[in-house]
Amino acid sequence: MEYFIQQLINGISVGSIYALIALGYTMVYGIIKLINFAHGDVFMVGSFIGLFSARYLASVGLPPVIVLIISLIISMTVSALLGISIERLAYKPLRKASRIAVLITAIGVSFFLEYSGVFVLGPQAKGFPEILNKKQYQLFGSSVQVDSNQIMILVTTVILMIILQYIVHRTKIGKAMRAVSYDMEAARLMGINVDRTISATFAIGSALAAAAGVIFGMTYNSVDPMMGVLPGLKAFVAAVLGGIGSVPGALVGGLLLGTVETEISSLGYSSWRDGVAFAVLILILIFKPSGLFGKNVREKV
Amino acid sequence: MLKVEGINVYYGAIHALKDLSITVNEGEIVTLIGANGAGKSTLLKTLSGLLKPKTGSVEFLDKSITNQSIQSIVKQGLIHCPEGRRVFANMSVEENLELGGYLQDSSSLPADFEKVYTTFPRLLERKKQLAGTLSGGEQQMLAMGRAMMGHPKLLLLDEPSMGLAPLLVQDIFRIIQEVNASGTTVLLVEQNAHQALKIAHRAYVLETGRVVLEGDAKELADSEEIKMAYLGH
Repeated sequence: MEYFIQQLINGISVGSIYALIALGYTMVYGIIKLINFAHGDVFMVGSFIGLFSARYLASVGLPPVIVLIISLIISMTVSALLGISIERLAYKPLRKASRIAVLITAIGVSFFLEYSGVFVLGPQAKGFPEILNKKQYQLFGSSVQVDSNQIMILVTTVILMIILQYIVHRTKIGKAMRAVSYDMEAARLMGINVDRTISATFAIGSALAAAAGVIFGMTYNSVDPMMGVLPGLKAFVAAVLGGIGSVPGALVGGLLLGTVETEISSLGYSSWRDGVAFAVLILILIFKPSGLFGKNVREKV
Repeated sequence: MLKVEGINVYYGAIHALKDLSITVNEGEIVTLIGANGAGKSTLLKTLSGLLKPKTGSVEFLDKSITNQSIQSIVKQGLIHCPEGRRVFANMSVEENLELGGYLQDSSSLPADFEKVYTTFPRLLERKKQLAGTLSGGEQQMLAMGRAMMGHPKLLLLDEPSMGLAPLLVQDIFRIIQEVNASGTTVLLVEQNAHQALKIAHRAYVLETGRVVLEGDAKELADSEEIKMAYLGH
């Protein structure tokens, strides 16, 4: 039992990372019906920016928590700008093109970011600086352990979720985002600037992916230009699992996928871990293609 | 107030509006009647900027809006309430109204809410409810209320009575007259030609993208041609 709970805690940490990335997939899909396959690479870029900022800030001698917060902010801001640029340069000119053309462009952008990363930074993995010293905490006597990093992941994710909920439900741009994703033409008739709203969606999604990148780097201590591929695909699975287009769905899908994966590894099938994620994708596509929180979408005729 | 001159609009290869000209004067209710596919909705979409004419011009308040963006058209007070209501079903009544006033200064919101809720008391009762859970009639009221939030000088209404029970249809037409009486000019597209001609000052009859008849609404309602084709007598 304690073992199970231990793995659940580990699973939630991994799942938070998936959830943060999945939100970007689902929000972008919600608004322009595009699976943005370059999203996993924005996560990678975010991680590297986090790495460089953390190294610099730590060398200046700032306290660890401040280093973490500032690194997160820098990484999220730069990645948000990257997300906006990707949309402006690669997807916006294709607004009226077929969906498959945009999808292929997204794959192209993904390769572009990956191999630009290899070109500029080299293919070797780089060590992520240890920003916070890891401390272990014991729960339930001494049978279940939580480390400070896992607490940091949970706190960061919860704070970002609260901010996201606030933006989406309380602010003008958030309401515009929901309106545009529900009915773009009707939103235009309200005088909503659809292009600006789409940019905002990319900015928010990319910022969340960057946060996930920094967290990922701190957890696994190693980042490389190809690191976005697998987490990106798994976050995509998480988004589909939760119901693509649904914000709570992405969160639940991410946490669920992270937990399932960790439990599977803990049972001694760690080599099956990645396979299970994609088996989940296949099962969900067969039995409930709209996902856990998805609505059945009627195609407009 | 609105002057449309010789516009030609295409949907891909389909020539939807052919050399079409209409005018709407301040304070009027003008109705467009015609069969399905005559080009009524296409005309409204062109006026609000969703479609761009290939040739011809649209003038609103003595300024050309032919190539302006939808936002700037909306900002000048030409508000389009689209066919099929198109309310944001996943958002509350109040949020829908708020989006209607998207380009307005947020300080004018309370007064605008007040105005809409006075016109449509039903919306006040249901302001926290999701728009998708409203009845068809209530959704129509919401769509019109949402349009009013944008401070319309000219309100384009596309099939406001579509799919509504007869009693509600009466309500909707009464409200259109009220809105008009309070100073908003109305351009009304209707399948229900009988009702539309009753409340309108002038009317245009469209057939396959052209104006085939125009004139005083009362006179048109009495003309044999219209009775035969659109009023079912």
